[in-house]
Amino acid sequence: MLIRALKDEGVEYVFGYPGGAALHIYDAIFRQKDVKHILVRHEQAATHAADGYARATGKVGTVLVTSGPGATNAITGIATAYMDSIPMVVISGQVQSHLIGEDAFQETDMVGISRPIVKHSFMIKHASEIPEVVKKAYYIAATGRPGPVVIDVPKDLTHPAYTFPYEYPEKVKLRSYTPATRGHSGQIKKAVQLLLGAKRPMIYSGGGVVQGNASHLLKELVELLNYPVTNTLMGLGAYPGTGKNFLGMLGMHGTYEANTAMHHSDVILAVGARFDDRVTNTVSKFCPNAKIIHIDIDPASISKTVTADVPIVGAVDSVLGEMLTLVKESDEKPDAEALASWWEQINDWRERHGIYTKNRFDTTSDKIKPQEVIQAIWEVTKGDAYVTSDVGQHQMFAAQYYLFDKPRRWINSGGLGTMGFGLPAAMGVQMAHRDATVVCVTGEGSIQMCIQELSCCTQYHLPVKIICLNNQALGMVRQWQDMQYSSRYAESLYEDSLPDFVKLAEAYGHVGIRVTKKEELKAKLAECFALKDRVVFMDIMVDQSEHVYPMQVAPNGSMRDMLLSKTERT
Amino acid sequence: MRRIISVLVENAPGALSRVVGLFSQRGYNIESLTVAPTEDETLSRLTLTTLGDDHKIEQITKHLNKLIDVVKLVDLTEGSHIERELMLIKVKASGAQRAEVKRCVDIFRGQIVDVTSTLYTIQITGASDKLDAFLQAVGDASIIEVVRTGVCGISRGEKVLSL
Repeated sequence: MLIRALKDEGVEYVFGYPGGAALHIYDAIFRQKDVKHILVRHEQAATHAADGYARATGKVGTVLVTSGPGATNAITGIATAYMDSIPMVVISGQVQSHLIGEDAFQETDMVGISRPIVKHSFMIKHASEIPEVVKKAYYIAATGRPGPVVIDVPKDLTHPAYTFPYEYPEKVKLRSYTPATRGHSGQIKKAVQLLLGAKRPMIYSGGGVVQGNASHLLKELVELLNYPVTNTLMGLGAYPGTGKNFLGMLGMHGTYEANTAMHHSDVILAVGARFDDRVTNTVSKFCPNAKIIHIDIDPASISKTVTADVPIVGAVDSVLGEMLTLVKESDEKPDAEALASWWEQINDWRERHGIYTKNRFDTTSDKIKPQEVIQAIWEVTKGDAYVTSDVGQHQMFAAQYYLFDKPRRWINSGGLGTMGFGLPAAMGVQMAHRDATVVCVTGEGSIQMCIQELSCCTQYHLPVKIICLNNQALGMVRQWQDMQYSSRYAESLYEDSLPDFVKLAEAYGHVGIRVTKKEELKAKLAECFALKDRVVFMDIMVDQSEHVYPMQVAPNGSMRDMLLSKTERT
Repeated sequence: MRRIISVLVENAPGALSRVVGLFSQRGYNIESLTVAPTEDETLSRLTLTTLGDDHKIEQITKHLNKLIDVVKLVDLTEGSHIERELMLIKVKASGAQRAEVKRCVDIFRGQIVDVTSTLYTIQITGASDKLDAFLQAVGDASIIEVVRTGVCGISRGEKVLSL
């Protein structure tokens, strides 16, 4: 009944791992062909793969795990999806109903453990509820501010002998759940007036624009007004990375021009972004002169950290659409003179300290710089790959130097910062887009957190390209230790204990390529991407001493207070 | 500032734990909590008192509203309202104290609901500060046991919290 409901819901792939409490469900999977199951090697990877699938397609990712350890292993991935508002349904087996609460073998209170990190959860009490609960779960996961939903299913309720008349509901209605759709038209009018009257406007867009499929509208608005735009880490690709109005990412490792322009702006249009602490730096010093328009589908995101002057609760596509119409109809035009001098100022900032005008890292060094690896990947993939990443320095370098021109191409764990996310997420993306180039940018630390999935890649022929920026250290930890702990590298080094990644990749049946010389980099990368049907593990030995810059000064810094290199600061 | 928030939730398993969990997860404070089914058996009504400035209360109500099980809520302290709490209290009552305690109960319009040769069990209802005042009047030395229900409340006048 459960699998039939998934089929009726249109689920293509289920990422999972079997176990005692889920065996009836697995048997049902075996006996049909519509819903395909991907066997991962660890339940955490199942959630990340479903997450990657969801991020790359906009559809709901589906996970199936067993009770107890299966369920607890899935927790990290559920929390990752929750923090980044990714639609996902996680079905967990549970011990038989009559054993619940008796500390039965492989029993854990999944609904309880996952409660703070799910949008909602269900415990099936009666087999006849299954179709309706499945329908509700997918509806809740996908609508409003998306998020993960857990369905916990006791084993006895999936017993094939237990049959009920089956009907899959076409629609569900929940009296207590009515996600916002259209924004308040009065507020939208106010926002447009404020925006048109701005002298130093900034458009700050986040993951909500990607999730809400509103990138084309954002682009149209930006170009109609000719206003500068910055994306958050989650929002990269919402406005094209090579677009002329793009100032780069903002925040802790954002560009000088984006952060400085935010600080000096007088009107900020925040779209589907949540004023995260990694963006605002010290909240009390955040953009002192700016009036803030905040569009978000989640009312709880508005005025949570930074108070909005014009709050608009609504779906970003609908609100941006209405704003566009109003801007086009309005007799008022942006103040051309003020805008020209604002652009002049921004271009000056760009010229002085921007990372895109000229390289800000040492290009003369003999060592391979991680930034140039990302630039080289961008060139060889023509900027058109799906790029997943793990967490750390390599993530920031990828965010800074791979210019994403399309939404849903940049797939990373922004909110939770989950190491181990990259490889399984790349598998999910590759399942969704079988012919696309999928790159996982990782480090030798992160990759080892889910490296077992190299085996899953073999089983399902998922030719992801793993680019490991190997600096033989937990780079971001090491950077902070350099900056704040007088270079005392507490447990951030491995003391020659790293595996030979080339041989490891080969052991799984893949291709391993090591790059140690700078002059070989481009050729080896070209070789890697030419192997279309193979998993390639590129172990690239990069300069250990490299830091990620710019970096906002903390604590007590404002947006514009940044370290620009090891020796320069604003 | 002290606030009384009344919440209608689905009378479903786990609904209460979601509400309580939200408070602990986000570092909000629950001073008191009462919950019981309503005349519509699919709904429970939950009344909680909490402390916080306007910003915090706004966040609390927004996050409560986000919970799928929460159907509707109102901050009673935003308008005029009636609040009540019930307290049962056992106090020492022997010798001269006996008459004194009885007088105190009368003044606070409480009732003595059970008696032994040395104890009175008293029932008293009212706003929380009235119950506090009664406890103070009786004095710590005489108090044996106290149980309070926590606040429940309702808006004055035409305003109602229902579907």
